[in-house]
Amino acid sequence: MATLNSRIPEGPVAEKWTNYKAHQKLVNPKNKRKLDVIIVGTGLAGASAAASLGEMGFKVKNFCIQDSPRRAHSIAAQGGINAAKNYQNDGDSVYRLFYDTVKGGDYRAREANVYRLAEVSANIIDQCVAQGVPFAREYGGMLANRSFGGAQVSRTFYAKGQTGQQLLLGAYSSLMCQVNAGTVELYTRYEMLDVVIVDGRARGIIARNLVTGKIERFAAHAVVIGTGGYGNTYFLSTNAMGCNCSAAIACYRKGAFFANPSYVQIHPTCIPVHGDKQSKLTLMSESLRNDGRIWVPKKLEDAKRLQKGEIQGKDIPEEDRDYYLERRYPAFGNLVPRDVASRAAKERCDKGYGVNNTGLAVFLDFSQAIEDFGRKEIEARYGNLFDMYEEITDESPYETPMQIFPAVHYTMGGIWVDYELMTTVKGLFAIGECNFSDHGANRLGASALMQGLADGYFVLPYTIQNYLADQITVPRFSTDLPEFAEAEKGVKDRIDRLFAIKGKRSVDSIHKELGHIMWEHNLFVPGTTEGVNVELEKALRLEDFLLMGQLIANDALHREESCGGHFREEHQTEEGEAKRDDENFFYVGCWEYQGADDKKPVLHKEPLEYEIIKVQTRNYKS
Amino acid sequence: MAKNISFTVKYWKQNGPKDAGHFEEKQMSNIPDDTSFLEMLDILNEELINEGKEPFTFDHDCREGICGMCSLYINGTPHGKTERGATTCQLYMRRFNDGDVITVEPWRSAAFPVIKDCMVDRSAFDKIQAAGGYTTIRTGQAQDANAILIPKADADEAMDCATCIGCGACVAACKNGSAMLFVSSKVSQFALLPQGRVEAAKRAKAMVAKMDELGFGNCCLNRISQTGAVH
Repeated sequence: MATLNSRIPEGPVAEKWTNYKAHQKLVNPKNKRKLDVIIVGTGLAGASAAASLGEMGFKVKNFCIQDSPRRAHSIAAQGGINAAKNYQNDGDSVYRLFYDTVKGGDYRAREANVYRLAEVSANIIDQCVAQGVPFAREYGGMLANRSFGGAQVSRTFYAKGQTGQQLLLGAYSSLMCQVNAGTVELYTRYEMLDVVIVDGRARGIIARNLVTGKIERFAAHAVVIGTGGYGNTYFLSTNAMGCNCSAAIACYRKGAFFANPSYVQIHPTCIPVHGDKQSKLTLMSESLRNDGRIWVPKKLEDAKRLQKGEIQGKDIPEEDRDYYLERRYPAFGNLVPRDVASRAAKERCDKGYGVNNTGLAVFLDFSQAIEDFGRKEIEARYGNLFDMYEEITDESPYETPMQIFPAVHYTMGGIWVDYELMTTVKGLFAIGECNFSDHGANRLGASALMQGLADGYFVLPYTIQNYLADQITVPRFSTDLPEFAEAEKGVKDRIDRLFAIKGKRSVDSIHKELGHIMWEHNLFVPGTTEGVNVELEKALRLEDFLLMGQLIANDALHREESCGGHFREEHQTEEGEAKRDDENFFYVGCWEYQGADDKKPVLHKEPLEYEIIKVQTRNYKS
Repeated sequence: MAKNISFTVKYWKQNGPKDAGHFEEKQMSNIPDDTSFLEMLDILNEELINEGKEPFTFDHDCREGICGMCSLYINGTPHGKTERGATTCQLYMRRFNDGDVITVEPWRSAAFPVIKDCMVDRSAFDKIQAAGGYTTIRTGQAQDANAILIPKADADEAMDCATCIGCGACVAACKNGSAMLFVSSKVSQFALLPQGRVEAAKRAKAMVAKMDELGFGNCCLNRISQTGAVH
């Protein structure tokens, strides 16, 4: 029976990580070669962990579903990565980044983990620069910074609007260096379908070779999953098409607790939905809120005419525009955190002020910025984003205001991990977006990249040794063990069951209806189990999305408060802000699987203990 | 405002690298022209599944033009024609007309064998990268980032080289099937930066040798290959 022990080290918050590293167990070089680690996922967290552990001398097997590790969805992150370097001399510090992150997360993150994250943030930038990541620079040759939501300092490092791409290619290059050195074995176009538990410890995985269709077994001394978030549960999100929660759900089914599943981030600036054939939502970077002003009409009749297409945004005079973020939050204005900006947009649209034919869009207007700085400057700052917008919508943001609407973007909830990033299953670790620990109920912009790389380069390579040090006498495993055979049979039975349904509807059509039809199981999977069968891949993932959907609903229903990305209308202040209930809900909600998908999971609570941060109501107004 | 168009899609079917392969045709009716090309293929597959036929297999993932996974040869152009030279996923149906015949083929290169239909094996690019596309620094031991000053112009140029998404369109477009653009973008990114300069010559030789070994063709633009950052 798994229990919750967050294993936070003793001592003051600022000294915990240093103390931990000084006293943790290490594995000597000769023994490292005898230990195998499976890492699933090759995004920022997975690739950086695989590269680091390989370089340290462990034998690593690294898996991804794409054709190359470089395709992981970290690649699509646009804006930047936070780090407490204080290069701008604007008063930044480790404490301030720590404080902003805990506050941004609406006081629902684990304090000790966030402090460690802020502490290692500066090393990440050093590491990436040494790898040859071409961050933006000033004329003097020093690194440049920009501002992001929820902060009053400039601590975001960036590489044009492609920061995620450059950081991932940096981690990928280090990974390929280790592949060349023979310390990391790469398994591309493989999908993990189950984790194998032997004597209570994670000892391997069952994966499907997506080219041959073969179900294969892999053994190791420890298993790490870095498989991202579960945003695609909602079908339409800013995630890549292949993003799924199956690896995390497989761990959950095998005893790993799932923490705070209802903490889902809705990103305020995405291109609105245009039709029912749409496959995904495209993000427009948060950096646009540096210069763009968000508004809807003041008069309901103007909104009605916009919705009917009778007038355009530019026809509405200045005095009839409601810049609602500037009105409601004078101190942060258009740069309030994402949850606040998203909720404010929804509030206006719910009241009927939406500006397109669906009524689900607000304006992001650059006319003032173009007037102030000139078109050329705005082109230099956002040109690639404006072009992308025009390609998709056939409208030029230089001529007419952009239309944006919130969309599912990131999941703060995830597999529960202790301070060492180990789940409730011994020897099973979760890193990056896949775990829950650092962002509380809302993530600040440019903090996802920071956390993924912190976990992979600087945290896991230490903490996993504390576990592996006890495993040095354990010989390599054979995948002939009965536990592997049983897990493999479970996977094969599941695939057979999906084929046996022989219904009529495609996987996508069911996924689109978001669970309304999920219980009917009217599913049809074409083709066979062998060879490439994309529809089967999607069917397996869909089943896991359905379980994920239940988890989200259970957690959201139990949490009788509003906090960060989790908002319930009955729990709001008179001004429409999230109203927390710290007396009753100052804890991490962790869900334990009860042996079958249709049994209600059991809730466990990890109480939050804040040593130095004073919990208060978030204020972005003054 | 979106309008609807109807057209014929001629798409490539091939069951593995040894199969000869053939085209199949499908009439598509009343597709809104604000649909993306890949969404149009989603609709095509939905219809094929409903008709009891095997869906058309192709690679795609982020649908934001950055991951490099999508790889379709459309009407004789890698990724199809867009104004910005963007990827397949950023191509919208408003670029096509009523009554068009749209031909969809896989990347064609000896180094990229077909796995199924338009899904090809590009692991050769990973192998080239593994041969030398990195700086050999140890995790956690880097000096302070601002200790290395880099002129803005150099950093910008390195960034331009580093933006390559590794999709393989350059190989597909080249009549020799050369990977020289892919290799040179990586080689140049590192050679322009002090961190990468230490291993520049070794890296370039290793990556070019691996490219040759894996069956990519040569580059016949001699002027570029002799004056590029490789030497």
